[in-house]
Amino acid sequence: MNSHNNTPARNTKVMNRFDLTSRLVAKLKKEEAVIGGIGNTNFDLWAAGHRPQNFYMLGSMGLAFPIALGVALAQPNRRVFALEGDGSLLMQLGCLSTIATLKPKNLSMIVLDNGIYQITGAQPTPAAAATDLIAVAIGCGLTNSSWAADEGDFERLIEQSLTASEPMLIGARIDDGPGTWATRRDPVQIRERFMLGLGSREGF
Amino acid sequence: MAAADGQTSPMGLGQQAWYEIVLQSLKRNDIRLVPYVPDRVLTRLIKEIHADPFFTAFPTAREEEAIGIVSGAWMGGMRGAVLMQTSGFATLANVLASLAVPYQIPLIMFVSERGTLGEFNYGQALVCRTMRPVLDSLAMEHHTATRLDEFEFIVDRSIKQAITTQAPVALILSPLLTGGKVFDK
Repeated sequence: MNSHNNTPARNTKVMNRFDLTSRLVAKLKKEEAVIGGIGNTNFDLWAAGHRPQNFYMLGSMGLAFPIALGVALAQPNRRVFALEGDGSLLMQLGCLSTIATLKPKNLSMIVLDNGIYQITGAQPTPAAAATDLIAVAIGCGLTNSSWAADEGDFERLIEQSLTASEPMLIGARIDDGPGTWATRRDPVQIRERFMLGLGSREGF
Repeated sequence: MAAADGQTSPMGLGQQAWYEIVLQSLKRNDIRLVPYVPDRVLTRLIKEIHADPFFTAFPTAREEEAIGIVSGAWMGGMRGAVLMQTSGFATLANVLASLAVPYQIPLIMFVSERGTLGEFNYGQALVCRTMRPVLDSLAMEHHTATRLDEFEFIVDRSIKQAITTQAPVALILSPLLTGGKVFDK
């Protein structure tokens, strides 16, 4: 277990990425879009059961929230979720300010925080021992940001976000396990399926 | 100064200014979403886009963030374009190679060219030299606009080609077109 997971400043439960992703997907009944960040984040989204409204990133680390923002702006009547790792979010913290300024009503963000770059050998991130990402999000202006205390709290926050009228960010501490299995890496197929799933193919 | 700085509309010639051509070409092609990282040369264009309710325009913290946003928007059915300067383009190799090109997203970029034809900052002059090699290495379509009389053709045709071929395009705005940024500003 990583030392940061035992820091006294955080008393939230250490959960599991695949379990939380499965709990999220089980609550999606209205063809909500889900953007999965690179690596284990989208591997577990894929493993939780493919949906036509899922988009899987195969690079461009840190862009899950910006891509989700774009979808949310294009389709204001559809709820859009973004799943991102803590290391990925560190690459693009500035997007939190952009999202806080634009205030899309239909965007929900989830950061899965294990404090490590699991996929490259579990090295700690520069933030692991010192930074509270939810405090960062609140400081950027995303006032509706909170840590999930445990799985039940995570589900409660997801349900709350389904009808939220402002962007919402949920932080969840997770263990250091790898993704369940890898997404099939076919970018054109991923993009085309996603556009068909969003009903946006007719216009082009 | 006024004649060469490209920021004033040459009304006497009955021609539109370059930024008016960009704005109208975006509208004609239903490109509504315009995230940007600002540049001195783009000031007037950004101001005009903000003033027109047709557009949703806003600044982003980084250029790759803007590319993520327009990529997501396009997949959701809304067309966009990103405005930036040369040094901003230099931060984009990863997102072009891992998102725009392989996912076949018609990313439209307007890049105000710094670093040449009167540059006063050596760093800008050096980073400018990385731009076309990066575009060429990814076999990306790009054009450098230098003349007002062919600018509308380049912009309009390039937007249409990007969308129909689902391939990114970079439109580089030369100081010959815009006047560029000079030391006294």
